[in-house]
Amino acid sequence: MTAKVVTIASGKGGVGKTTSVANIAVALASHGQKVACIDGDIGLRNLDVVLGLENRIVYDLVDLIEGRCRLRQAMIRDKRLPELYLIPAAQTRDKTAVSPSDMVRLCDELRQEVDWIIIDSPAGIERGFKNAIAAADRVLVMTIPEVSAVRDADRVIGLLDAEEKGPAALVINRLDLAMVKRGDMLSVEDVLDLLAVELIGIIPEDENVIVASNRGQPLALDGKSKVGQAFQNIAQRLMGEQIPFMELESKNLFQRLLGRKKS
Amino acid sequence: MNFLFRRKKSANSAKERLQLVLIHDRTDLTPAELDSLKDDLIETISRHIEIDPMAVTINVTQDGRSQRLVADIPLRSVGRRRGREPGRAAG
Repeated sequence: MTAKVVTIASGKGGVGKTTSVANIAVALASHGQKVACIDGDIGLRNLDVVLGLENRIVYDLVDLIEGRCRLRQAMIRDKRLPELYLIPAAQTRDKTAVSPSDMVRLCDELRQEVDWIIIDSPAGIERGFKNAIAAADRVLVMTIPEVSAVRDADRVIGLLDAEEKGPAALVINRLDLAMVKRGDMLSVEDVLDLLAVELIGIIPEDENVIVASNRGQPLALDGKSKVGQAFQNIAQRLMGEQIPFMELESKNLFQRLLGRKKS
Repeated sequence: MNFLFRRKKSANSAKERLQLVLIHDRTDLTPAELDSLKDDLIETISRHIEIDPMAVTINVTQDGRSQRLVADIPLRSVGRRRGREPGRAAG
């Protein structure tokens, strides 16, 4: 087994990185893939609660890097999906406890064990971000259709190009179609015009995302949820399948996306 | 004249503002620096050929994820025949 390493970054905080890592990991695992996700936000551990695995933590990422446990001991097995694992962040340390080369070494070992490694980057563009992208084969940049998040996403996309981790693929989160229709929210097309990157997912706004995190049950497990479906679609696109975008946008966009694919 | 009576859609404002902000973020060039670059350019070109400094425009435009510096420098035609005005596109 040689895993693909996918990092999710955004620059700005609060746009949904952790929720997306949890859901993409769950979606991949529900397709029979073996998945390990790593919480890269040292000192602000959160992926464990979003996945509902907070009570199972014994060892964390820093324990693993500093040699206090073996790889298998730091991999917490999910209670629903037998092939999904979490390596939690340390809560009482800071980002300087890990270096980019530590992450490369860890992922090289982990690559032999699983099909996918999904890394949750912290907000910002400093050490934590550099650690999170060090081993990445692919980086997904998250944004929401809002000026500050789009601006920060652009900065991150530029940094990824500079670090030769590009081209990034964009996930647009919390799209509210009613607001787009009345002209009070940037549309998917607007964001793509501004950022000029490939699109890999569109997640609709949905209050059930909060309900799901209250319960520690990612929506990708819920077959009826549109958000869950959107994350399933991202997972399948990562696996190399051609999945059309859900009908959240005008026909215009579909034609445009088809046009882009060909070029 | 519609815009006088109806407020512009906020999404349009967001897009227009972001277009400008992103160009400056990506090039690390402030509007003041761009003005000073324009002055230098006018000075240099004026040493070789006569131009109309007031008509010079210089802009950073976007082409995918790369930026392009586009200058339009109309030349002053002294005693030349009319019609072909270098520096200006036809149409």
